[in-house]
Amino acid sequence: MAEATATTAAQKPAKKPKGRPDSLSLLLNNTLATAGLVVFALIVLAALAAPLLPLPDPDATAPADRLLRPLAEGHLLGTDALGRDILSRLLWGTQVSLLVGISATLIAAFFGSLIGLVAGYAGGRVDTLLMRGIDMVMAFPYILLALAIVAVLGPGLLNALYAIAVVNIPFFARNIRGIALGLSRREFVDAARLSGKSNAQILFIEVLPNVLPVIIITMSTTIGWMILETAGLSFLGLGAQPPQADLGSMLGDGRKILFTAPHVSIIPGVMIFALVMSINLLGDGVRDVLDPRLKSGALTRPVARTAVMREDVPDVTPRPDTVLDVRGLKTEFRFGGEIYKAVGGVDLAVGQGECLGVVGESGSGKSVTAMSIMGLVPTPPGRIAGGAALLDGEDLFAASDERIRKLRGSAVSHVFQDPLSTLHPLFTVGDQLVEAIQAHQPLSKSEATAKAADLLKVVRIPNPAERLKAYPHELSGGMRQRVCIAMALADDAKIIIADEPTTALDVTVQAQVLSLLDTLRKEKNAGILFITHDFGVVSAICDRVAVMYAGKFVETGTTEEILNSPAHPYTAKLIDCVPVLGEPERRLDAIEGRPPVVNNLPVGCAFAARCPRAQDDCRAAPIPLTEMGKGRTVRCIHPLTGDDADV
Amino acid sequence: MSDAPLLSIEKAERVFGGGRSLFGQPKPAVHAVQDVTIEVRKGETLGVVGESGCGKSTLARMIVGLDAPTGGRIVFDGRDLVAEAGHDLRRLSREVQYVFQDPVASLNPRKTIRTILEAPLRYLLDLDRPAREKRLGELMDAVNLAPEFLDRYPHEFSGGQAQRIGIARALAADPKLIVLDEPVSALDVSVQAQVLNILDGLKDQFGLTYVFISHDLSVVESVSDRVAVMYFGRIVEIGAGKTIFRSPRHPYTHLLLNSAPAPGRRSLIAEDANTELPDPYNPPPGCAFYARCPRHTDECNRAVPPLAGAAGDETHRAACFHPHESK
Amino acid sequence: MSAYIAKRLLAAIPVIFGLTIIVFLIMAMIPGDPATAILGSYATPENVEKLNRDLGLDKPLVQQYFIWLGNMLQGDFGRSYTLNRPVIDEVLERFSATLILAGTSLVLCSVLGLIAGVISAVRQYSWVDKAITFVVLIGISVPSFWLGLLLILVFAVNLKWFPASGMYAIYGGGDLPDLLKHLFLPALTLAVVATGVIARLTRTAMLEVLRQDFIRTARAKGVTESTVIYKHAFKAALVTVIPVIGIQAGFVLGGAVYIETVFQWPGIGSMLVKAISTRDLLLVQGGVLVVASAYVLFNLAADVVQTILDPRLR
Repeated sequence: MAEATATTAAQKPAKKPKGRPDSLSLLLNNTLATAGLVVFALIVLAALAAPLLPLPDPDATAPADRLLRPLAEGHLLGTDALGRDILSRLLWGTQVSLLVGISATLIAAFFGSLIGLVAGYAGGRVDTLLMRGIDMVMAFPYILLALAIVAVLGPGLLNALYAIAVVNIPFFARNIRGIALGLSRREFVDAARLSGKSNAQILFIEVLPNVLPVIIITMSTTIGWMILETAGLSFLGLGAQPPQADLGSMLGDGRKILFTAPHVSIIPGVMIFALVMSINLLGDGVRDVLDPRLKSGALTRPVARTAVMREDVPDVTPRPDTVLDVRGLKTEFRFGGEIYKAVGGVDLAVGQGECLGVVGESGSGKSVTAMSIMGLVPTPPGRIAGGAALLDGEDLFAASDERIRKLRGSAVSHVFQDPLSTLHPLFTVGDQLVEAIQAHQPLSKSEATAKAADLLKVVRIPNPAERLKAYPHELSGGMRQRVCIAMALADDAKIIIADEPTTALDVTVQAQVLSLLDTLRKEKNAGILFITHDFGVVSAICDRVAVMYAGKFVETGTTEEILNSPAHPYTAKLIDCVPVLGEPERRLDAIEGRPPVVNNLPVGCAFAARCPRAQDDCRAAPIPLTEMGKGRTVRCIHPLTGDDADV
Repeated sequence: MSDAPLLSIEKAERVFGGGRSLFGQPKPAVHAVQDVTIEVRKGETLGVVGESGCGKSTLARMIVGLDAPTGGRIVFDGRDLVAEAGHDLRRLSREVQYVFQDPVASLNPRKTIRTILEAPLRYLLDLDRPAREKRLGELMDAVNLAPEFLDRYPHEFSGGQAQRIGIARALAADPKLIVLDEPVSALDVSVQAQVLNILDGLKDQFGLTYVFISHDLSVVESVSDRVAVMYFGRIVEIGAGKTIFRSPRHPYTHLLLNSAPAPGRRSLIAEDANTELPDPYNPPPGCAFYARCPRHTDECNRAVPPLAGAAGDETHRAACFHPHESK
Repeated sequence: MSAYIAKRLLAAIPVIFGLTIIVFLIMAMIPGDPATAILGSYATPENVEKLNRDLGLDKPLVQQYFIWLGNMLQGDFGRSYTLNRPVIDEVLERFSATLILAGTSLVLCSVLGLIAGVISAVRQYSWVDKAITFVVLIGISVPSFWLGLLLILVFAVNLKWFPASGMYAIYGGGDLPDLLKHLFLPALTLAVVATGVIARLTRTAMLEVLRQDFIRTARAKGVTESTVIYKHAFKAALVTVIPVIGIQAGFVLGGAVYIETVFQWPGIGSMLVKAISTRDLLLVQGGVLVVASAYVLFNLAADVVQTILDPRLR
């Protein structure tokens, strides 16, 4: 069942079945969360044990023993203004505070989540109505509404509990509604509807289990607050009423004698602080475990340039006729203890005005290859582990950060896949173009703006002066990609690295963008490194092609050679498994199985497991890239010859 | 292939937005689907092709009852589905099922495959436990997955496997018609072929009828008996797949076919950049393709051209005043 | 843009309208005879009868509400029986003091929170980041009323750097330096929690933004790393932080209740606490309405700032 493991390098390794032990051990891995858990458990135990411990009656006054300092005989933590034992009151008070805090959380969580679930799932008028109501409650400054409620109901612990619960309902309702809304638009909800489930069944069987982690996260992050706020109300004299003690009212009593007997207020304060802090630590830990976005360091900030830790540096003698010359490139990702060899030794060269296509499926390492050249692979977790990238003979991996910055966007520019997410949403197209120009040329703002308008003209955007003022979201996908191309041309690039630049576009727009790129590279004599998964797109623009599989090139040659007589079985299969326009009767030859995971590559040929021509020697040792003619290489020891090329 | 239509869509229309605000101002309305009339015959595959925003997915959702048309009728096997789905989606779901574009998003991440596949068996067919168990085995077999996979969670599957599970779920209730909404566009090319081949096999095995929606012309061409081309919410051309791909009549279909990249095709014919979809909030009075069309005349901007049959082939119809000659 | 602001202003009206409904309903929940509750122990039968007539308590609830609202709109918030002066006068006087305190705190927590969050994100996993994260965690866990007491104990009682309470010195005070001296401790205490929340959120927002495609584009253009972080990333992060600053304004206004009590600041918070314990309900009602309306206006301002930053919202 190796099939059911992750495919791409970006994914985590095969997960164990999810379950409580797994989550718990994850939680315990987090030192701070564990510390929080321990402290919280100790406090809860002490509070629960209060009736069992040999403590004096917390409400028994003893005027003779008033305001004893801590460590006094018989009173470990001293006594308060009425001579009551502070330790006893502290433990009993903690019990009350915990109970009130937890109850308020449960009430708020229940009603808030219910409102949020229903509003998010139902949408439309129900949603508007419920959420406007919630907005009204939220329009009050947080504690003020609680005060108003207590004012009317009268001071008292139970009333404080209700008040705190009510003012916290909106937090749950809003959070849960957001999640439920997103989930309700997901396809699996439609699928459940088509499976015959009713609305209630969908809401509680399909949506609720997905919302539950968020409810738990919200609870764990608000319970500390609720304890603080009930303590606050008691502190003001609006919560627990004498003689009953909770932590807040103890603090409130102590305030009046702060200057003479500070310990009376400091001790309960420390307890509240320890309790809330431990809950918050624990809550953060719970959130990290339950929120998949935060798992595996997903929120790690990538640095400006990919880390270079080369284990081997190849010969860097420049070759004539190439602008970009990559040799033996190796790029790795490290997740946990695993090393994913996304790129395992790639050689490529792009000459002036030449377009080299790199074709592969997702996870083959084609984008990582392209992004490695100018250090745009995110670090962590990525690193360049070997090889060299020569730009006009200069080793880019040995260059300084400042040198790389100067080359980025000038000698080497990029065009990315999704033109909406690659443009900054908050700056106008003009601002972004001007910035690209000014990064490399000492032009004034007005000169740069004029140049930006010229660039838009170059990429055939009508009305350039007007379009400069537009924000990216105001343009169509095709227009946005033209802007990106204009940006790539801001400073006479020698090499344009284009990573699936047309994949997100409609087919008619794709044709426009491809022919634009093709014209421009001839006009500007710029080389293009073109990453794609589509042999049709390759045909339209590329002079030469490299086919990539599991981090390595398996075949290179001119576009014609590769398409007409593929030598590597993978290339042949990849061409044959796609329907071709105008040949509807052609049998689709699917490739069975799946690509290997790049943290566990076989010794021999990575394609052997799926290859109909594989023999024992394919699996025995690494397969070298062999020369088949001028500029034609293949990584196969049983390549297809012309006669059986269609197999 | 019998000639009686299994599904007939009559002048279907879907308007989003519209109505009036609280203060009586008219709200902007978008016609996602307009005046769409199609018949799908039993046993055939109807391909629906078009670019993003052309209304093909809205059409798909209306056929399966996930969305209701604001005008027109959708009749399945002689029954008016629109009226029926509003109060009882289950009766429709027993006959018409749906395969989603994003295979992973269409599976609830917190349910096992067994739970997901059992749902239609329980709620649509009311099968008891042993019968369900038997059917689950058949389904997994039909989509070529090992029965061990039943107790796994969706995140353990690749895109291709997940899509096969999606297909199994659609098959579970033994429907007559399956609407496939971009079923392979989220998949890697090598996996696309696996899924397309499975779909092809199932169609014969279970006598299914497909409505296959895609933006990918070559995929549509390879699977469809008949093809409808949509643009800006309307059908601009419809006819037998072979005819449409060999001799398209509508200029938009021409453009699409000439734009599609294909291995070995060097030059793509591209139009100027100043050609975009019309503003959906302010649609043109005539043909929506007017501004982009090389053959347009003033007439095209005055009235919407009706779908009209070609001379000699009444089934090959195009909505154009100046269509290309059929070859 | 101005059309948008006008639209938002109009949209604030129903919210304030809703506020009045909630306050009215809460007041209607008062157990027993409201007039007696409102007038407290000074109630004489004549007074009670007069108030009942003024409030229209013999009429249906909806009608009562509109009578009540009409009075409010004319600035008639009733008379406080404990202070024996019009509620509106007392509330406005107190509110200006609260505004000084809460406003200072809000500026303090926004500036400190944003700076700490950005530093923390940019130096992720460094000791600075860990230190900030830990201090922030303490900040959001500490009860502000207790922190205030501690600060008084240390800085006012022991070190005598700042006065322990009040807004101005009783003798010879009243100028700006005097105000600032009195303001420092309470404003700082009040800002602690909000600073923590804003710092945390800024850190997460920055980290999230720094992973976006458009940041990669900025780097691919060859702009300097400081431009990437302080122009591209910070602006995008600010869009998510600003609504939270709006919400924090609510926490700061509410938290003022504790801080004003601890530091005996003559603001609306300490007034409310006193009014609640003396059950001067008209005073409570007036105070709550004024503070809540101010909060609505503040959130409106936050909304507008966000719209100026983010063209997609226009």
